[in-house]
Amino acid sequence: MTDLPVLLPFRPPTPRPGLEFLDGRWIAYLALAILLAAGAAQAQGTPAAESAFSVILKWTPLIGSGFLLNILISVIAMAAGTLIGLALGLCQISLLPPVRAGSWLVTQFFRNAPWLVMLFYCIFMLPFRITVFGEVVEIPNWVRATIGLTLPVMANVSEIVRGAVQSLPHGQWEAAESLAFTRGQTLRQVILPQCLKRMLPPWMNLYAIVIMSTPLTSIVGVEEAMTLTRGALNAERRGDLLIPMYGALLLAFFVYCWPIARLTRWLEQRNQVRV
Amino acid sequence: MAEFFRELRTTTGLNFTIFYDPFDARRFGYAFLMTCKLSVLSVVLSLIIGVAGAFAQGARFAPLRWVVAGYIAFFRNTPPLVQMYFFFFALGAITPTVPDDIGMEVPMVSSFTWALVALSLFAGAFNVEIFRSGIEAVPRSTVEAAESLGYSRLGAYRAVVLPLAFRVCLPSLNNNLVNLVKTTTLAYAIGVPEMLYVANQIWSDSLNVTEMMNVLLLLYIGLVTLLVWIMHRWERALRMPGYGT
Repeated sequence: MTDLPVLLPFRPPTPRPGLEFLDGRWIAYLALAILLAAGAAQAQGTPAAESAFSVILKWTPLIGSGFLLNILISVIAMAAGTLIGLALGLCQISLLPPVRAGSWLVTQFFRNAPWLVMLFYCIFMLPFRITVFGEVVEIPNWVRATIGLTLPVMANVSEIVRGAVQSLPHGQWEAAESLAFTRGQTLRQVILPQCLKRMLPPWMNLYAIVIMSTPLTSIVGVEEAMTLTRGALNAERRGDLLIPMYGALLLAFFVYCWPIARLTRWLEQRNQVRV
Repeated sequence: MAEFFRELRTTTGLNFTIFYDPFDARRFGYAFLMTCKLSVLSVVLSLIIGVAGAFAQGARFAPLRWVVAGYIAFFRNTPPLVQMYFFFFALGAITPTVPDDIGMEVPMVSSFTWALVALSLFAGAFNVEIFRSGIEAVPRSTVEAAESLGYSRLGAYRAVVLPLAFRVCLPSLNNNLVNLVKTTTLAYAIGVPEMLYVANQIWSDSLNVTEMMNVLLLLYIGLVTLLVWIMHRWERALRMPGYGT
């Protein structure tokens, strides 16, 4: 058995260099796709009935408000998950074995449980009202759903933090130590600032996953875009609207997620050139 | 064992119907098998899509590359649940129906098939990217060496590039497949009788939400752990000397 290397070093997925994250060509494709979809929707409507396009326009304000709830849920889940996840991730690199093992277990548990099961868990297990200082506070469905999404976000952020810290060369720790930095100082002033840049792309990837998971909350009865689309379809009672309406919803998510994906790639590439 | 769980119910109130009630045990067993079937089939299909897509991405015929790029961009940036609804409700509405044994009109494509198609296409889009990154790690000179030995493009891809690329991207692939197994729960939404769906039926009948939830969580974590273990074994077996750790 030889020990000759047979491969180049592995590089994570990168697009061609020099590609701007919002390329004009892609925007043109997207516009074309939207036009085609609209045209197809137009062609599908029977002359007697309202055309699919105008039906979609009619429902846009309502479904749009549902989409705002999707965005709200994703932002809150992401913010809360990031804060707790950062702490959990730092516990994972703690010097105390019990802390390390405990936070590792928590991270693995919430990372490996399906999101939908987590969501059911929070919807059914959390109280629907709590008493604070003698006052009864109702917890709406969407808040509990948001908590359900926060837990997996927390675990994923924890892994991102651990991965970023471990990806730094050991020399950084040793250099800081030789300059008489304490462990806390090393983390705050040397390690974490360098980690931030590495953590940004996976963190944004995670955000894209979170926004794409928010329709899951429709299964547990949150009135977000998906639920409202189904409601609109029930109100219209027309089979030929199914494809245009669900297509429009898909397109709405695509329009929101895709620039984020491009931006993430662009950041990844930019970091790659410098590192 | 049934006695023990019946005892547990009377003493502690923990009601694990699936361990003593034969009806619940049977339907939950089927649901478990359904989840396994859905997972295995969608893993295999998404791998095939990934390999074929990565090959098509390197094609000389530009429109083919655009189609693959469009497929990836679309399926990566839209929610899997909405995709599944789109497939099942929108496309399912226009597929023909066939009469079953008792003369009822049933759709030709079952909800299981739609779930399988949606999950495979979703995970496949990620797999194409993963395989592509692996293929990029194979040195150009290796491909040229294969070419100079008279390999065709397909031949070199199959015999030289893919085996090397596969080993490189196994860790990322591992991650994606774990995600896929967890995503099979979405089939719940279109009524495929998999674990979450049947667990929901059981806790509606017996009002044992907490117990079923915990069983469900443990089983999914068990399934994922099993998959990770198999993939790690495989990774070790395929390890290349002199590369990686």
